[in-house]
Amino acid sequence: MATLKVPAHVPPPSEDAEQLHKAFQGWGTNESLIISILAHRNAPQRNLIRQTYAEAYGEDLLIALDKELSSDFERSVLLWTLDPAERDAYLANEATKKFTSSNWVLMEIACTRSSVELFKVRQAYHARYKRSIEEDVAYHTTGDFRKLLVPLVSAFRYEGQEVNLTLAKSEAKILHEKISNKAYNDDEIIRILSTRSKAQLNATLNHYNNTFGNAINKNLKVDPKDEFLKLLRATIKCLTCPEKYFENVLRLAINKLGTDEWALTRVVTTRAEVDMQRIKEEYHRRNSVPLDRAISGDTSGDYEKMLLALIGHGDA
Amino acid sequence: MRESQHHIFLLAAKHKKEDMAHLQELEALTKALSGLGIDEKSLISILGKSDPARRTTFRQRSTHFFIEDERSFERWDDHRINLLRLEFVRFENALVLWAMHPWERDARLVHEALTLVPQSYRVILEIACTRSSEELLGARKAYHSLYDHSIEEDVAIHVTGSERKLLVALVSAYRYEGPKVSEDAAKSEAKLIAKAIKNGDKKNPIDDDEVIRILTTRSKPHLKAIYKHYKEVSGKNINEDIEAADFILKETAECLCNPHAYFSKVVDEAIRNDADHNTKKALTRVIVTRADVDLKEIKEEYNSLYGVPLTQKIDDNANGNYKDLLLALMTRD
Repeated sequence: MATLKVPAHVPPPSEDAEQLHKAFQGWGTNESLIISILAHRNAPQRNLIRQTYAEAYGEDLLIALDKELSSDFERSVLLWTLDPAERDAYLANEATKKFTSSNWVLMEIACTRSSVELFKVRQAYHARYKRSIEEDVAYHTTGDFRKLLVPLVSAFRYEGQEVNLTLAKSEAKILHEKISNKAYNDDEIIRILSTRSKAQLNATLNHYNNTFGNAINKNLKVDPKDEFLKLLRATIKCLTCPEKYFENVLRLAINKLGTDEWALTRVVTTRAEVDMQRIKEEYHRRNSVPLDRAISGDTSGDYEKMLLALIGHGDA
Repeated sequence: MRESQHHIFLLAAKHKKEDMAHLQELEALTKALSGLGIDEKSLISILGKSDPARRTTFRQRSTHFFIEDERSFERWDDHRINLLRLEFVRFENALVLWAMHPWERDARLVHEALTLVPQSYRVILEIACTRSSEELLGARKAYHSLYDHSIEEDVAIHVTGSERKLLVALVSAYRYEGPKVSEDAAKSEAKLIAKAIKNGDKKNPIDDDEVIRILTTRSKPHLKAIYKHYKEVSGKNINEDIEAADFILKETAECLCNPHAYFSKVVDEAIRNDADHNTKKALTRVIVTRADVDLKEIKEEYNSLYGVPLTQKIDDNANGNYKDLLLALMTRD
C-alpha cells in the first residue's frame, strides 16, 4: 500500500504549475511550497503538472528544479517528480556508469517491478538514452554479474498465480543440488531465477524450505564476503518478499556511519506510491522504532521534510 | 475387306486417342497429388467423374500411392495417406495462420517449435531476430495469454546446450530501434567478433560471452555498422567468415541484418523436391508472416538470388487452394 497522501481536492495542474513557478522566484526558493505540492501528487498528476509548466513557462519543470535546488533535497525532489518508468530508467542508467555503478540498483529494479512496469522502464530507457537497457547492462558488467543481471532486466515474467507443484518440486531439487555443489553461478540457477513467474518461484522456494529444512538464503550465506552470493540472496528476496528487502536497505542506509542518502532517497521515492506502508510496518517490526523517527534522527532540513511527507507523515 | 480393316484401324485410333487422354488424365492426377497442397478441382473433375474401370487403372498405374496386395487388389500405401493428409491440410493451416493476429501467430509458432519438433531452433531464431522490438513484445504478451508461461521460461527449459543462452537472450531482447550508432563501439566490437570467429576451432563463437552480448543486445543499425567495420578489421566479409563457422551463428547474423536473403533461402529450400515435412512448412510460414511486412522485398531478393520469380516457382510447385491463397497474398497491392 502507498504512503503518498494526496489532498481530497487537488488543484488544477495550471494552479500547481503557477505556484511552483512562484516558489522559484525572488531570492532563494520556497522549498516548503515545493514539498507541499509535489510531495502530495501522484504520478499522473505530476506528469500533468510538468506538461502544464512546460507549456506555460517554456521550460521543463525538472530543469527549473535543478537550477533552484541542491544536494540530497534536490535529488529526492527530482527523482520523485519523474514518472516511475523514467525514474527507473534514470536510476538504471546511473547504475551502469563507472563512478555510480551499482549492481544492486539494477537487480532491485529488475526484480521488484511488475512485468508491465519493467517493460515501461525499457521503453523509457530507449527514449531517453537511445540504447536498450540490456545493451548497457551487458556492456558494463562482466562474468557472473552479467550472467545474472542481463536476463533479469530482460525478463517479461508471466504474472498469473498458476503454480505447477511438480515443477516446483523438481526445480527446488535442482537448486539444492547446485547449491550443495557450490555451483552458485550455474546456468540452471540463473534460468530458474530469471525466467520463472514470481508465483512459481515462491512455490519452488517454499518447497525448498519444506524439503531441505533451510530457507534457500540460509544455504547461500556460505561466504559473507562473496559479492555474487550477496546479490543472489538479494535477488531472491526481491522476487519473493520485497518489503523485507527494502526494510533491509533502509536499515543499512540509516544505521551506516553517516547515512547512505542515495539508498534512502531511492527506496522512499520509488516505493512511496507502491508498498511503502508495508515497508514501514516491516521496519517498525524489525527495529522497534517507527521509520519516521529513524529518518528524522538521521536527516535534517528540507530533505528530511520531503522524505517524511512521502512516507505519509503529517497531512495531505 | 478394306472396310473392315478401315473399321479396325479407326477403332484402334479411337482407342489410341482414348489412351492418350487417359494418360494425360493420369498425369494430371499425379500432379494434383504431388507438390505442396492438393489440386482439389482436378481431383473432383477427373477422379470424381471416373467410372470403376478408370479408377482401377489409376490405382494400377500409381505405384507410388498403391501397392499390390497379396490378396489381389491395389491397396493404398498408409504412409502415403499420411503424407497426403498433410497436403490436404496445408491450405487450412495457411488460412488459419493468415487470419490470426500477428502476436498470436508468433507465439504459436514458437510454442510449436519448442514442443512439437525437436531441434527446430530456426523458427525461434527467425521470430526473435526478424520481428521489430514491438512485434516481439506483442508475441511475448500473447505467449502469456496462450500458455500461462513466459516465452523465455519455455525456451530456457526446452533448449539445451550452447544454443540456450543465445536463444533465451534473443527472445528477451527489446532492441533500440533508432538510427543512432556509436561507430567507436561498432569498430571495437567488430574486432571482438573477428577474434572469436578466428578462434572458432578452439571455442565455438556462440559460447563467447562477448559475441552473445553483441548479437543479443545491440540495435540492428549498430550490428550493420559492425558488419561494415568487420571487413576493414579482418579483410573479409563477415558473411564469408561466418559461412564456415557455426550454423546458428550464421543464421542469427543473417536474420538480424539481411532478413530478405534469409527468407528467400528458407522459402527456396521449402519448395525443393527433397524437402522434409518441417522444411516445407516454411513456405506457409514465411509468406503468411511477411505478407503485411516485406514480402515485396523478399520477392525481389529471391529473383536476384535464383533468377526465377517466386510467384512462378510457387505456381509450378504448389496446387489448388493452397497455391491460390499464397499467390493471392503475394500479389496484393
